[in-house]
Amino acid sequence: MAVIHDMMPAFELFQPASLDDALGLLDRHGADAWVMAGGLDSFDWLKDRIRKPAVVVELGAIDGLRGVKAAGDGIEIGAMTTLTEVVTNPLVREKFGVLFQGAEAAASPQIRNQGTIGGNLSQDARCWYYRAGWSCYRAGGNVCYADTPTAVNREHAIFGADRCVAVNPSDTAPAMIALDAKMVIRSSKGERIVDAQDYFVGPGTDITRLTTLQPGELLTAIRIPGTWAGAEFYTEKVADRKVWDFPLVNIASAMKVNGSTIERARIVVNAVAAQPMRLEAVEQFVAGKPRNEETANAAGELAVRGAVPLAHNAYKIPLMRNLVKRAIRGGDNGWASTS
Amino acid sequence: MGIDFLTRGITPWGQSVFTHISWDLLWVSFFAGVVFLAAHSVYMLLSAHSKRASADVDALEAKLKGLPEKIQRHSLPARMFHWIMAASMLTLLFTSFLPIVGVKFAWVEWHWMAGLVLAASILYHIIHATFFMDFWSIWVGPKDIPELKSEMMRELGGDTSGPKAAKYPLGNRLYHMAIVVTGIGASATGLFMMKKVQTPFFTRDPYILADATWSWMYVAHGAAGVALVGLTMAHIYFAIRPEKLWLTKSMLFGFITRRQYLEHHDPTRWRVPGSEPVGGRPSE
Ligand SMILES: Cc1cc2nc3c(=O)[nH]c(=O)nc-3n(C[C@H](O)[C@H](O)[C@H](O)COP(=O)(O)OP(=O)(O)OC[C@H]3O[C@@H](n4cnc5c(N)ncnc54)[C@H](O)[C@@H]3O)c2cc1C
Ligand code: HEM
Ligand code: SF4
Repeated sequence: MAVIHDMMPAFELFQPASLDDALGLLDRHGADAWVMAGGLDSFDWLKDRIRKPAVVVELGAIDGLRGVKAAGDGIEIGAMTTLTEVVTNPLVREKFGVLFQGAEAAASPQIRNQGTIGGNLSQDARCWYYRAGWSCYRAGGNVCYADTPTAVNREHAIFGADRCVAVNPSDTAPAMIALDAKMVIRSSKGERIVDAQDYFVGPGTDITRLTTLQPGELLTAIRIPGTWAGAEFYTEKVADRKVWDFPLVNIASAMKVNGSTIERARIVVNAVAAQPMRLEAVEQFVAGKPRNEETANAAGELAVRGAVPLAHNAYKIPLMRNLVKRAIRGGDNGWASTS
Repeated sequence: MGIDFLTRGITPWGQSVFTHISWDLLWVSFFAGVVFLAAHSVYMLLSAHSKRASADVDALEAKLKGLPEKIQRHSLPARMFHWIMAASMLTLLFTSFLPIVGVKFAWVEWHWMAGLVLAASILYHIIHATFFMDFWSIWVGPKDIPELKSEMMRELGGDTSGPKAAKYPLGNRLYHMAIVVTGIGASATGLFMMKKVQTPFFTRDPYILADATWSWMYVAHGAAGVALVGLTMAHIYFAIRPEKLWLTKSMLFGFITRRQYLEHHDPTRWRVPGSEPVGGRPSE
């Protein structure tokens, strides 16, 4: 394990008060700059002295990046909105319960008070070989320590492995994809808006990043359209502990149901690949089908088709299969709201 | 801003090892290729390059009556090898370097599949060339000094009486040499590197070699790969130059014409059926 020094390497700290200033700083310092939101992921890297950025741009003073507001029939959430604010926001609770539950499932109350939605969506992989500071593929090296005959890879990927087998650990990401959210990305060159689904990238495309964000870019807001507002939602997270623990597998789904027929659905599973996985084949399969045990079983089977387990994570296959079944069945997910 | 040649990493045992060559070197190879191309084009515009004079060719043609109209230069298997190798080489170059210059896609699977094709075709070529072709016709050695000298003289527009090329002109053979070193270097290391990535053939295991050995393997693979960028650029440039098109065509159709044979080659050094004069050997 990396030695925790609790003493960060020196860097120049900037706390811009406006978005333009922040973008200007990021433009000027390029790959030397580190974006800091709530710091819960950032401080890990800095205190372990694994990342040594010359410059840290802390976003806490930019008011415009905070808060949840109505936008048409949907909502817009500033990237610096804390997870607690997301969980307690009445609009989120009323219209987009799947996000409320996803955000509430993340970490612990203290971490949610400090951690931001932008940071949660942009957080890095938790693979502990990588976090230990070793020069694996994800760190720019030429080896994966997690997929060897002797590796410990219980938490790792069953899909989409391409040299790296780390997974995306976010609890809010699947909800954002299920809700077809749009990620607003700004840089000094302008704005681009990407579907939540395309915000996340796999190791084949970029082995050193989990998101499409490039140096100089900031996630400024997440726009959730009204398309799925008030739909039937399902969220479930399986972790080793009930709080303060990352998902082993989690699921978020949004479903429009007419009587006992599923009209359409969006179903997303995370922590099984480097990108949250939208199960499009399952979505197509269940559309127009009766919502019953048979559909749920078949959907579960379909979901895990093509999974490739590593030495210690084959349990994720039945786990994912069952979570998909349960999402199709709906009902109580066993997740007790703490609010 | 300086250029870094190698990037480093730390192993779990605290050793510092090389992880890759610096991809700045890709640009070095690319620009070296561009500069070479530009310099060569200018030079070609300004210099003489006489082939064998047309009167001499007429005389030779009259003497070597047995020469057929078309002379086979590359057999079908040799041509197939060449084009399979070319396709796999281009695939390897594009799959490895496009992502490095910013065109991101899942490249590794395409890369190693093309790598296997290249490695198999090289193996085939070695066997074929050793047993079924004139193995030594492609190599370079001290015996080539007279040819080098006369080629230089010719380039400068001077004396053309020295030896002309045997089957392969000297430039071709020097190029082949560079390709042997880099191509075999990239293929041999690439085959080992397959143990690092997901393939259907075996379990990944980085521990078959020490970290330091891997580090040199990645450096060698990258360096050979980068060198192949410049070499391939030069190769394609020559293949499409107007005065070399006859050679490119021969790689497509297999033959050259009698006059091309006599213009560019020495019938005593590249013997083909009919290259001996009727009634005796040509004077050497
Ligand atoms: C003990 C512990 C347990 C946890 N458990 C869970 C869990 O169960 N589920 C879960 O989902 N998460 C969990 N987390 C993760 C935590 O929720 C995230 O680390 C946190 O939300 C990150 O957000 P942050 O605001 O602190 O971001 P930071 O740590 O400051 O940033 C995280 C990363 O995102 C980048 N970034 C942040 N904001 C932006 C932006 N606006 N634009 C561009 N880049 C940005 C930063 O550069 C950095 O790379 C846990 C964390 C800890 C420490
Ligand atoms: C001859 C042309 C070739 C070129 C130009 C080339 C180029 C490259 C480059 C630039 C890389 C990235 C290396 C790094 O990350 O340091 C790479 C990786 C790789 N190459 Fe090649 N290569 C060639 C041939 C081959 C062959 C013949 C094979 C296999 C049979 C092969 C297999 C691989 C593999 C498996 C990797 C991935 C290694 C990893 O990321 O760990 N390559 N190649
Ligand atoms: S799984 Fe990815 S992050 Fe973990 S050691 Fe392998 S390459 Fe590194």
